[in-house]
Amino acid sequence: MSDAIARPPQVPTALSRAYWEGAARGRLLIQRCGACGKLRHYPRLLCDACHADAVDWVEASGRGSVHSWTVCHHAFHPSFRDELPYTLVTVDLEEGVRALGRWRGPAPAIGMPVRGAFVARAGGVDLVFAPVDN
Amino acid sequence: MSLANRSCVTGIGETAYTRGATATAFELQIEASKKAIVDAGLTPKDIDGVIPIGIVSGTADDFIENFGIPDLRFSAVVPHGGASPAMALQAAAMAVASGACGHVLITFGRNISAMAHGNKAGARIHNMPQFHYVTEFEHPMGASAPAQLYAPMARRHMELYGTTVEQFGEVAVACREHAILNGNAVMRKPITLEDHRNSRMIADPFRLLDCSLESDGGAAVVVSAAERAADLRHRRVFIAGVAAGHPDSPGSITQRPDITSLGLAKAAPRAFRMAGVTPADIDVAEVYDCFTYAVIRQFEDMGFCAKGEGGPFVSGGRLRLTGALPTNTHGGLLSQAHVWGLNHIVELVRQLRGDAGAAQVAGAELGVVTGYGDMGDGALAIMRRE
Repeated sequence: MSDAIARPPQVPTALSRAYWEGAARGRLLIQRCGACGKLRHYPRLLCDACHADAVDWVEASGRGSVHSWTVCHHAFHPSFRDELPYTLVTVDLEEGVRALGRWRGPAPAIGMPVRGAFVARAGGVDLVFAPVDN
Repeated sequence: MSLANRSCVTGIGETAYTRGATATAFELQIEASKKAIVDAGLTPKDIDGVIPIGIVSGTADDFIENFGIPDLRFSAVVPHGGASPAMALQAAAMAVASGACGHVLITFGRNISAMAHGNKAGARIHNMPQFHYVTEFEHPMGASAPAQLYAPMARRHMELYGTTVEQFGEVAVACREHAILNGNAVMRKPITLEDHRNSRMIADPFRLLDCSLESDGGAAVVVSAAERAADLRHRRVFIAGVAAGHPDSPGSITQRPDITSLGLAKAAPRAFRMAGVTPADIDVAEVYDCFTYAVIRQFEDMGFCAKGEGGPFVSGGRLRLTGALPTNTHGGLLSQAHVWGLNHIVELVRQLRGDAGAAQVAGAELGVVTGYGDMGDGALAIMRRE
């Protein structure tokens, strides 16, 4: 559909470039402090525990559990109108940080085991979570 | 040095609250500011401190130019959204208690209607630097607007503590009842709990009547040193306690250790300790109501009830004028107008002066006002009448 309204753009910064490059390859990358090893998400300049700026990136499994969610019935940006209603889910990743993503599946519940992966769409990628069996 | 009772709110001013205003944001801000200064018994040249809220209209320099202020000794910017007005009370109280200046104008004006379409809440926040994580990571997946960012906090509260749609409705209905008593409110049609439940879903669990208004208007207050306030026009309303607090991980909301407890929880014990009172002493509350749920949670964060008991706390009409803790007696952001909560400060002062008309809480001597912004920053002021 040539006249489709584009989603808000995913614009990497110097800080987040590795995250978005990973996402494009289907990998969920999380910053890890190069000094003390603490994970942080979203990307930050400094480790908030030890204030080191050395960073490496680790690939998260995508496994976790539902922390909360919302079902969106109103489009606050016109690009989402055709997708209503859609569900956004906040997930406790097993690595210890949380991630926000889209939801695919029956109604979520707190603690429900899930697995997420990046799904390509026009103009970008979505992190999409779905329930899994224990 | 404690800030307790070192400063007073001496002047209050508001424009008409409307939708579709023709005046510019700065015109609205100037109108409200002049009213607040006259209300205090001062002239514009007496103002020697200015805190423009959000700088969505005039800057401190604009007030020097328009008021001919000969010697502006203090200005500040408090960039925390709806928490800014209550945080500005803290800055103003420090400024006048220290002697840096005598009379601080805290002022706000905006005209949403005149802004280009596409400048509604879901678009506006993406021009603000404090939301850069939301803009980069969440907006592209459809988490665009405050309703969608607050909704998971509310949902988790409902799931963990059993908070109900009816309890959200209690907040909406109380605010509407009070707006109807107020001659200056955008929403004047009565609503019931059933109307609330039947209003269209925006971001589950938030329905339309859980969400605050988009409206136009200006509001302003003057904060003066306590000893200088004695000679001014009105009975003194003291700032007895004031404090601010921020959530951990303010910008990446999903990472907060507890998304159901935010910056106000850190601030509240400081403010109550400063004032030497407890929540049980409060006669009237003006609680920042960007969403109904936010009121419920702030009562918990302030210690009016235990964690998780905010829903039952607001039930049974407690927040209504006839209830045990009249709250948002002007109608709040939900039904009076959205001027970032400066209207909450104006209303608390009006209540403590005994000037609140049909919405007056009989014998109100001690009240609390909160501010809440940028999805988690919080501030509160406890005020006492002389």
